[in-house]
Amino acid sequence: MSQTQSKAPWLLSAPAIALFVALLLAPMLMTAVLSFNVFDYNTGIKNAYTLDHYIAVFTDDYYYEVFWRTFWIAAVTTGICLLVGAPEAYILSRMKTPWRSIFLLIVLAPLLVSVVVRAFGWSLLLGPRGIFNQISLALDLGNIKILYTEWAVIIALVHVMLPFMIIPIWTSLQKLDPGVENAALSLAASPFATLRRVVFPQVVPGILSGSLIVFGLSASAFAIPGLLGGRRLKMVATVVYDEYLHELNWPLGATLALILLVANLVVMLSYNKILERKYQKSMGLA
Amino acid sequence: MNKNGPLALLFNGLVISFMLAPLVVVCLVAFTPGNTLTIPSTEFSLRWFAAVFKHSDFVTAFWNSLWLAIAAASLSTAIAIPAGLAITRFQFTGRDALNGLFLSPLIVPHLVLGVALLRLFSLIGATGSFGWLILAHTLIVTPYVLRLIVAASSGMDRHCEDAALSLGASRATVFWRVTLPMILPGVTGGWLLAFINSFDEVTMSIFVTSPVTVTLPVRMYMYATESVDPLMAAVSALMVALTAGVMLILDRLYGLDKILVGEK
Amino acid sequence: MSFLTLTDVSKFYGASCVVDKMNLSVEKGEFVTLLGPSGCGKTTTLQMIAGFADVTDGSITLDGKDITHTKPNTRGLGIVFQSYALFPHMTVEENVSFGLEMRKVSKPTRARQVADALALVHLEDYANRYPRELSGGQRQRVALARALVIEPPVLLLDEPLSNLDAKLREEMQFELRHIQRSVGTTTIMVTHDQSEAMSISDRVVVMQSGKITQIDQPYTLYENPQTRFISAFVGKANLLQGEMVRQDTGSSIRIHGISFLCGETPLQAGSQAFLSLRPEKIHLAPLNEGLINGRVAARFFLGSQWLYQIETKAGMLQVVSSNSDTAPLQEHQETGLTWSSESLRILP
Repeated sequence: MSQTQSKAPWLLSAPAIALFVALLLAPMLMTAVLSFNVFDYNTGIKNAYTLDHYIAVFTDDYYYEVFWRTFWIAAVTTGICLLVGAPEAYILSRMKTPWRSIFLLIVLAPLLVSVVVRAFGWSLLLGPRGIFNQISLALDLGNIKILYTEWAVIIALVHVMLPFMIIPIWTSLQKLDPGVENAALSLAASPFATLRRVVFPQVVPGILSGSLIVFGLSASAFAIPGLLGGRRLKMVATVVYDEYLHELNWPLGATLALILLVANLVVMLSYNKILERKYQKSMGLA
Repeated sequence: MNKNGPLALLFNGLVISFMLAPLVVVCLVAFTPGNTLTIPSTEFSLRWFAAVFKHSDFVTAFWNSLWLAIAAASLSTAIAIPAGLAITRFQFTGRDALNGLFLSPLIVPHLVLGVALLRLFSLIGATGSFGWLILAHTLIVTPYVLRLIVAASSGMDRHCEDAALSLGASRATVFWRVTLPMILPGVTGGWLLAFINSFDEVTMSIFVTSPVTVTLPVRMYMYATESVDPLMAAVSALMVALTAGVMLILDRLYGLDKILVGEK
Repeated sequence: MSFLTLTDVSKFYGASCVVDKMNLSVEKGEFVTLLGPSGCGKTTTLQMIAGFADVTDGSITLDGKDITHTKPNTRGLGIVFQSYALFPHMTVEENVSFGLEMRKVSKPTRARQVADALALVHLEDYANRYPRELSGGQRQRVALARALVIEPPVLLLDEPLSNLDAKLREEMQFELRHIQRSVGTTTIMVTHDQSEAMSISDRVVVMQSGKITQIDQPYTLYENPQTRFISAFVGKANLLQGEMVRQDTGSSIRIHGISFLCGETPLQAGSQAFLSLRPEKIHLAPLNEGLINGRVAARFFLGSQWLYQIETKAGMLQVVSSNSDTAPLQEHQETGLTWSSESLRILP
């Protein structure tokens, strides 16, 4: 039981607030400003302002291609994660005690391993000496080239993102009253109908949440396209890297980064609002 | 609870294999005696592990990552405890916004954070500063610690604090003798989670590290884009081993599934 | 001379009044219970006495000193919380000794006092256990020991028995009373369970909507409730609405055309009133030999008693009859009912 003192919570949060203002809000603001700075290849960032970078991004075909590729890779990744993650979460939730925790752990543990290691692992599996190619050669199907194609990036992204899809769906499933499924069955519903009309609607919030997280993270992925996409396959993150560290055109890089951020936020907020509201009403703020 | 049929179990098996495949491959290749990236079948060798320890770049990068992770985890825990208590103990306008702010690094792509901090550092002359790098990592890992502390703090019986007060304890004593011990699992779990996330981080770090402050994942990324040999596999295998160690401790202390999935 | 006094104590949360000008005097050594339904303000009152809620208006005095605004960690009161609030990371011994530690009592003295406190609650062998290893009843006793070992001027109990199952609750009621009597600490308990309040307390304070509606000893409260609400809340009561009439024999209340004699009452003839009659005060009589006839609509066996719901011309009456050697009534059986006019209560 605490009494409402107006200053105490702010004092307690002060160090964290200071850190976040200095290292999150301020730099983001600076970057926003930077995106309007003029850039000269010879002299660098100038103190004048222009909309050139935004215009370039929105009109140049190259950037259109990069954004489009990023978008559809993220979308396909999200779709696959959904098709694999939702059933997997459901199967896990029906397992008995020791197995359930063990398998859940195995599925989630890779989250704690650096993405560099995981991307490297996939480059081994998908490369010319990798197991997929070995199988293909053994079956006389010739060399299959996966590495440095979009599919290599997608496969590795699915690997990294799958836990992010499974966790919210798993959480939704845990909140389900186990008696509800049995109630439906006792009322003569088929197992499939039960799944479709009773279980699925209650899991939708988890599916939505997972999809948004996966999409956002995939669209801004860097290490995976960097290591598995090769020099020619660019996604937004790797283009930003190029602009910043190779071309030194920070303003352009900043522009791209901000567009990515805004796109991320817009997707999250609008999709979230429209569909969750629909389900919040029927579930009473599930 | 209905049982899973054989199809379901097969599906599960495939998913499990998929999740473990790259990690297993990396660990196997690390033991290869040859010079190429093959899975050893007859001979197993430790030569590449030895090579890692002789590679001064990797060793320096490892120590950088280790101290960075320890510092970032500790600093973030130190600021997250009071912030977490503020959020769970008080009702005040702006509480939800504050909570959102502290969790926002989870939503902002690390790419954008890296780029933004690079700009900041260049303007204030902080490039190459280990201290500022620590602050950057602290920012990124604070949400993990905060979430666990908020969960632990809201899950504990608040009346214990009242009981301690009624028995004559000062507010400071209540914190040290009652509150902190009761949220300690959340605190240590949060520290470990913050540690491993800082240690693993690459996307933001690649923008804000300098040749002096380079971290292990960044070094590995650079190496992987330039040359391809089993040295990379050996370093990766060592990282997997380190991660497994941290996971074991996390699981003993707190329950790994609770941390990764959250309290029910 | 009152030991603990609440004078015009009020508590407002914004514009809503949760406790309204409460006045209460508790004598030293008394066991007083605040009884009422949820939301009546009893817990808030206790919180104000403990210091966890601010007093909006009024004052609280303890042993002559004004403690209205003193901090909760300086009041020195003993509190047992509903959830017991034992420190989970400390052993039973460390829990009980905490208050003494805060008072800088020396180690050997602490050990002795803790041992005495644990002996009082019959938990001497549990000193080194952790709360998670104890049952609900044992935890409650540890909480009690922890509150009493500091020898507080007042002991506050917040619904101490509500988390226990029925059988244990009964046992603990007697245990609680026994301990309080032997130690002599002034005690204030808060509960919504009227049987608990009645069996342990010296006085019961009935609260409704932030106000005190009646303060009395348990027996008086039960026999002479002052409002319809209290008569139904404390024990069971048959409540029938009727009209007051004046007759040669005295005051009566007329319900559906039947008049029942009642004792002296200030209510005027012609006014509407309620008849309140306790189920155990109604006695079964042979047909047509009682004050009224009725037919058994339903009956319930409660072990030591039979509860009959009997339909009469005046309305449905609940009658409780002890499970003695006479045969119980059957359903649909007709019977006569009688009671003493002294047992009737007339309420506005």
